Amino acid sequence: MPKAFTPKVITANALIEGDVVYFTEADDWTRHLAQAELLTDEADAQLRLLTAEAQADKVVGVYLADARAGENGPEPTHFREDFRRRGPSNYAHGKQEHHAPRP
Amino acid sequence: MYDYTDFDAAFVAERNRQFRAQVERRIDGSLTEDEFKPLRLMNGLYLQLHAYMLRVAIPYGTLNSRQMRQLAYLAERWDKGYGHFTTRQNIQYNWPRLRDVPDMLDALAEVGMHAIQTSGNTIRNVTADHFAGAAADEVADPRPVAELLRQWSTDHPEFQFLPRKFKIAVTGSETDRAVIKAHDIGLQVVERAGQIGYRVLVGGGLGRTPMIGKVLNDFVRQEDLLPYIESVVSVWNLLGRRDNKFKSRIKITVHEHGIEEISRRVDAHFARIRPTFSGIDTALFERIKAAFAPPAFREASTGVFETARRTDPIFRAWSDTNLAPHRAPGYAIVQISLKAHGATPGDATAEQMRVMADLAERYGHDELRISHEQNVILPHVHKSDLPAIHASLKKHGLATANIGLVSDIIACPGMDYCALATARSIPVAQGIATRFEELKLEHDVGPLKIKISGCINACGHHHVGHIGILGLDRAGVENYQITLGGSGAEDATLGDRTGPGFAYDEIVPAIERIIRAYLAHRESRDETFLEAYRRLGLAPFKAALYEEAQVHAAE
Ligand code: HEM
Ligand code: SF4
Repeated sequence: MPKAFTPKVITANALIEGDVVYFTEADDWTRHLAQAELLTDEADAQLRLLTAEAQADKVVGVYLADARAGENGPEPTHFREDFRRRGPSNYAHGKQEHHAPRP
Repeated sequence: MYDYTDFDAAFVAERNRQFRAQVERRIDGSLTEDEFKPLRLMNGLYLQLHAYMLRVAIPYGTLNSRQMRQLAYLAERWDKGYGHFTTRQNIQYNWPRLRDVPDMLDALAEVGMHAIQTSGNTIRNVTADHFAGAAADEVADPRPVAELLRQWSTDHPEFQFLPRKFKIAVTGSETDRAVIKAHDIGLQVVERAGQIGYRVLVGGGLGRTPMIGKVLNDFVRQEDLLPYIESVVSVWNLLGRRDNKFKSRIKITVHEHGIEEISRRVDAHFARIRPTFSGIDTALFERIKAAFAPPAFREASTGVFETARRTDPIFRAWSDTNLAPHRAPGYAIVQISLKAHGATPGDATAEQMRVMADLAERYGHDELRISHEQNVILPHVHKSDLPAIHASLKKHGLATANIGLVSDIIACPGMDYCALATARSIPVAQGIATRFEELKLEHDVGPLKIKISGCINACGHHHVGHIGILGLDRAGVENYQITLGGSGAEDATLGDRTGPGFAYDEIVPAIERIIRAYLAHRESRDETFLEAYRRLGLAPFKAALYEEAQVHAAE
């Protein structure tokens, strides 16, 4: 039996800064996972991935990452995506210094 | 110190000019990422978890103060004010912006530095004993031969597309501070009947399939070295498994064909190519050697040093752990710890880099070294200058007296930075160091090397740690596996796995239990952790590790 599809977000790194970014419903990129588009249908996810990949002038390394619906938008289900969302644990660098802490 | 020639400078300038154009074409869309990636990797530029990473080579770990200041400048101007020194005598910048990297490379070129062959399937930065040219136990300075190998391997047309990366390390002493047995080729300078030559080891390496190098040739004469090494790499280039990335390193080739067969093939290849080496390499070697002539050591009283040791306990503790014997009378080798308790192993701020550069210039014959243990060395310091040096280090958070102790941990970047990681390593290192600082136990514990990697690639050398920690992903949570009894020195051994791994919040207490078991079982304070482990074996440590865990589980 094929594995059931679990919800995903589209993520990548920004071309110039390397920052972790997420694809939004508006075909744009955000630095906040909570603002990402949560994809719950597999066929839809594949199409959205193609749209996102077409923006090669803005991002690199586009892929689908597992996520789940949270109170304030998508949340990570695996610790790797949690670290990507947050920034490194040894310094308040990357996202942590650019954005106020989010709930 | 060795100065690069005009040829070297022109070569690097040309490479940088090409790369600048490539970056522009990536940004304006005329190069795709697939086209651009190999080009950026050729220039040491990776894409990591949160940003790009630029890896800069520090050949054989040697720097002068001007170069160190330039590294500080890069950190401040284009990064976040710090740099990360690695186990391969490189510095990594964790936050450059793609468009700034060409400027960074140009700034490096101003001081004869670059990022060439810090990535890709080529011969990487040749590393050496960080005490080279200074150590009391040295047969000869290993850096001239490292420099010869650097010149020979840089842009060597036959060796740009090897089956995999290739790493060479050189030591000039019997005591191995360069981990030569965990390298593709390890070289040891030896003297036989008044003649200098090389013991050549092959097939060591860590990663997924760790192996200790084997002796391929017990004595290769200086004039035969380059053709001999070229033969080894050529034989592997032909035999190496390009079909399977996990079997591509020379350690697997040696394992699959046997050392005798490799030796036979190397000898045959050597016999063929030896006549094509005209002797220019030997003449070049003599010129390089002259450039590494030792500085003019001075003679002076060491009275200030003795007095400081008698009167200042903090200075005394520091000089007990952070100094090493120098070959010249009245001199010492200073090891500057980049492992302040709770800090990120290997990181130095721009300000700290400048402080170390100033000290090298003022007191250290303008020389600095980066150790594979992620510390900085002032190789030539007169003992009378040590109190002043210590005072300055103290002011800048660089006087931690912990070289070789529990908190002097090697840790790879792990999942805080590295795209390949399966778990974090930095916070584990920080946690252990902080815990032992609280316990005030580390001086009592004595020499103990803890090494941590965030994945099976083993960049943090965990297999050869007295205590090794490997971070894994077990069903979506961080899990840490422990090995005991490894060594990366001349008695190199791979550590033994203790058993099931530990969760993130269990790993620091687990390490503490191992160390407490050592304290309980050692014969005397003179028996080191490694000696005790070799005498006792795994059993008592395993008992300490898991019995308690079971008790907790039962509660
Ligand atoms: C963050 C970027 C890094 C990446 C992507 C990376 C990648 C890798 C990979 C893929 C391997 C395994 C190669 C193989 O066995 O064929 C490896 C091994 C290794 N790397 Fe790294 N590494 C990184 C950082 C570092 C750092 C920071 C250090 C030093 C602290 C380091 C030092 C080493 C060493 C010593 C090995 C040992 C394995 C061996 O060659 O036998 N690397 N690395
Ligand atoms: S051991 Fe793994 S996690 Fe650590 S730096 Fe190497 S590749 Fe990255």
